[in-house]
Amino acid sequence: MEMDWQPVWLTLKLATTTTLVLLILGTPVAWWLSRSKAWWKEIIGSLVALPLVLPPTVLGFYLLLMLGPNGPIGELTQSLGLGTLAFTFPGLVIGSVIYSLPFVVQPIRNAFEAMGERPMEVAATLRASPLERFFGIAIPLARPGFLTGSVLGFAHTVGEFGVVLMIGGNIPGETKVLSVAIYDHVETLEWEQAHWLAGGMLLFAFIVVYSMYLLEKRLRRSGR
Amino acid sequence: MNSATTQALYSTLFGLIFTHGIHAGEVKIAVAANFTGAMKEVAANFEKSSRHKTIISYGSTGKLYTQIRNGAPFEVFMSADQHRPKKLEIDGLAHGRFTYAIGQLVLWSKDEQRRLSEKTLHQADFNKLALANPKTAPYGNAAITVLKRLKLDKKLEQKWVIGDSIAQTYQFVATSNAEVGFVAKAQIALNGGGNHWDIPDTLYEPIRQDAVLLAKGEDNPVAIAFMAYLKGSAAQVTIDKFGYMTE
Repeated sequence: MEMDWQPVWLTLKLATTTTLVLLILGTPVAWWLSRSKAWWKEIIGSLVALPLVLPPTVLGFYLLLMLGPNGPIGELTQSLGLGTLAFTFPGLVIGSVIYSLPFVVQPIRNAFEAMGERPMEVAATLRASPLERFFGIAIPLARPGFLTGSVLGFAHTVGEFGVVLMIGGNIPGETKVLSVAIYDHVETLEWEQAHWLAGGMLLFAFIVVYSMYLLEKRLRRSGR
Repeated sequence: MNSATTQALYSTLFGLIFTHGIHAGEVKIAVAANFTGAMKEVAANFEKSSRHKTIISYGSTGKLYTQIRNGAPFEVFMSADQHRPKKLEIDGLAHGRFTYAIGQLVLWSKDEQRRLSEKTLHQADFNKLALANPKTAPYGNAAITVLKRLKLDKKLEQKWVIGDSIAQTYQFVATSNAEVGFVAKAQIALNGGGNHWDIPDTLYEPIRQDAVLLAKGEDNPVAIAFMAYLKGSAAQVTIDKFGYMTE
């Protein structure tokens, strides 16, 4: 039996890219959600949490329309000379960022909220600038949230299937990720390959969840 | 509730269940995705004339076949090829095989300005070429044959986007995410829009689509009635209308 590693690497690349993008985009959103007093704060909070509830087919369907040449994102990317993004790796990153958004933002927001106003106020009296306070106090204090968010965002992207199936086009090395490769093997009765990949995923998922619990326990002990 | 009302209620309930059993049975049918449009009409006509109910699952032929192999409760299988129904027959899981439609492959684009012909494939001035998964969808397999016979399979490979079934392939082209694609003529027969090229049948093997009565449907008179209906002239007229050839 020939083992095809390409989907594995591609999946890791997609999950890594998505997690990094989400940390960069999600941190300011999480901070704002934890500090804002705006009445419409929870409207944004709900929008961020929506992918938790929506079936991937809803995201896939809208993404297919929006990324297409007549959709708003498609028109934008075309005018920038990037072409359309369906069936490309960047297209999958966009899909995955939306799909995994709540898994990263929520833990970070919780961590920001849990630390309260006190540390930042103390730092302000010591004349630390807002940026210094944010990077020197808030981010280190919210470390458990960042860890949880990264692990969950990464793992959730690895487990993504429906969105990728709908906007991916099953292109080896570009959009054929692990979950789609497994699906393909099962469909074509290549169960030996399917078993290898599926078994590997099972093991991976268990390790992720187990290490999350261990990590949380350790952080809680050292944090208090 | 007094016992008279209870009795009346029960007899009404039993009556409902009983008459349901006599007049209207059900048949569970697995249908290849390319036949979706035609099947809706065939099934509606069958339901009207027989007063039976059809429960239909659409999917790629390969997927449905895998599901049947693993105990899916389907009673009739309408494949997009001959190969898989034959295999089921050989393994004693089906019988009564016949060709209900012969599919036509077209190259299709949603763009009204684009004229499609063999030249389109040679020039390759499109972003993506959509086709169905050749491993699970017979129309995808036919598309690969066309490209191979034109000696373009290697050249165009980096433009391929693979739909899970012919229905998804249609969706890729219909949303213009792929500028051209190989789809079933039946999918665009009634309201496709855009332009298409009828691929000459010298470029691919005829896509003979066979139906079989599955082991689970052997004792269901509704399944047997449906097979007979599908073979009959009323159904064949509908199938013709959707751009298939019939025997």
